[in-house]
Amino acid sequence: MKTVAVVGASLAGLYAARALRAEGYDGRLVIIGDELHRPYDRPPLSKEFLTGAMDEDQLALSDAGEEAELNAEWLLGVRAQGLDARGRALRLDGGRTVTADGVVIATGATPRRLPGAAALSGVHTLRTLDDARALRAELTGRQSARVVVVGAGFIGSEVASSCVALGHHVTVVEAAPLPLLPQLGEAMATICASLHADRGVRLITGTSVAALSGAGAVTGVQLTDGRLLPADVVVVGIGAAPTTGWLDGSALAVDDGVLCDGGGVTTLPQVVAVGDVARVAGTRSEHWTSATEQPTVAVRNLLAGRTVEAARPLPYFWSDQYGVRIQFAGRRPADCTVRITDGTPEERSFLAVYERPDGTVTAALALNRPRAFMRLRRELTSGVPAGHASRSR
Amino acid sequence: MLPKSELKGALVIPVCHLDDLPEGESVRLSTEPPIAVFRTAGALYAIDDTCSHQDASLSEGWLEGCFVECPLHAALFDLRTGQPTCLPARRPVRTHRVSVDDSGFVHVEVAADARAATREGSAA
Repeated sequence: MKTVAVVGASLAGLYAARALRAEGYDGRLVIIGDELHRPYDRPPLSKEFLTGAMDEDQLALSDAGEEAELNAEWLLGVRAQGLDARGRALRLDGGRTVTADGVVIATGATPRRLPGAAALSGVHTLRTLDDARALRAELTGRQSARVVVVGAGFIGSEVASSCVALGHHVTVVEAAPLPLLPQLGEAMATICASLHADRGVRLITGTSVAALSGAGAVTGVQLTDGRLLPADVVVVGIGAAPTTGWLDGSALAVDDGVLCDGGGVTTLPQVVAVGDVARVAGTRSEHWTSATEQPTVAVRNLLAGRTVEAARPLPYFWSDQYGVRIQFAGRRPADCTVRITDGTPEERSFLAVYERPDGTVTAALALNRPRAFMRLRRELTSGVPAGHASRSR
Repeated sequence: MLPKSELKGALVIPVCHLDDLPEGESVRLSTEPPIAVFRTAGALYAIDDTCSHQDASLSEGWLEGCFVECPLHAALFDLRTGQPTCLPARRPVRTHRVSVDDSGFVHVEVAADARAATREGSAA
């Protein structure tokens, strides 16, 4: 290959570029990013960056030394607009074209928005550094604001936690009867939902947003159950959709993500997809760890010209909220049950394991129990039955 | 917190008795910045406790040989040098000298540049 283009200059894109060089690819490497910023780490945006404990320079994923080693052409602030049917010509903003014989798609996901949000100031989503700058300016520029967070997933909960830490009054609205139910199951989701009340955050579940009220600036959130929540600031964290619109007209199969085999290879052998945008062997994950693990395998397949390797890494995610570190690893089959093996929910420090009827441990959840969790996560990753080890602790 | 004095002499912090730090275990000192002390098979090491990548306590990490793996993102650090051996960490953590006195008590000599870093850190 003479030219490889990486579309997307965030975590997965950068890891793909690193993997290409690590695999010995020494041809032309073009990295295209729609944000003007060099690659930065997103997880702190809802946490340390929002509260002011961390600044922009600490978010950088790379440095000048590494960028020199990567020897890439960076096209930043440039959006990819299309990929031709052969998967070789990338159409960019302004009519520019990049021709490549290998393409890595790492365009991530785009946050879902509420209807009418664009017309009102004070309504935010949080995905990019620019989003976070705007929200941080609004939150730190006033005191005791009324903040309504729509969506009690990880981003919503972390933003709520950061807002409380900044001294604001926070209400979280969740459409589902219980937040994080699909990820954690009822028993553990119930415990995590109770964290909001620890710091005086009101959690309203089972109702969604009917409309945003206000003229010019947002003043409230109208709920479908008739309630009106006054609001100075609204943060919308209702998930994200994979950024695939630019692939309309390409030969790639897209269905809630770019469809790939287990090795990240799309319907075209010289095009791979990684990170939030990729549906790998039927599963799309929006986790930091996936974005760092998928590129190694995908890039090997890209350079080989076919799928020579597949990976099924253990899903892992974490969240920091209200002073509690939540960590989850593994899979939760329908027939599994969960039990706490160490600590208690009351002390906000425990380890829980998800088990099949035969006692096989398939997943682990920890609140403020990093050491025990890590032991179990390693066992789950290595495939060595974790049952005995978890019981002995 | 460390004593305010910044004399040329080494700043030595008592940790615990060797018997209270079994092999494969670690202890976290609430210094500023915090320090993690590890006991591996046959050696004691001390490094800055906070992962150079993101806020995680390395004393809670996975100890394997003379390496510790961060509990949050699996960055690996060489306890002898403080150097990261894999991503996502890119910057080293500081190392500190560990000694055991005649009574078997473990002490950490805080590296001078850690004290300097504390001042930088508090200004940030």
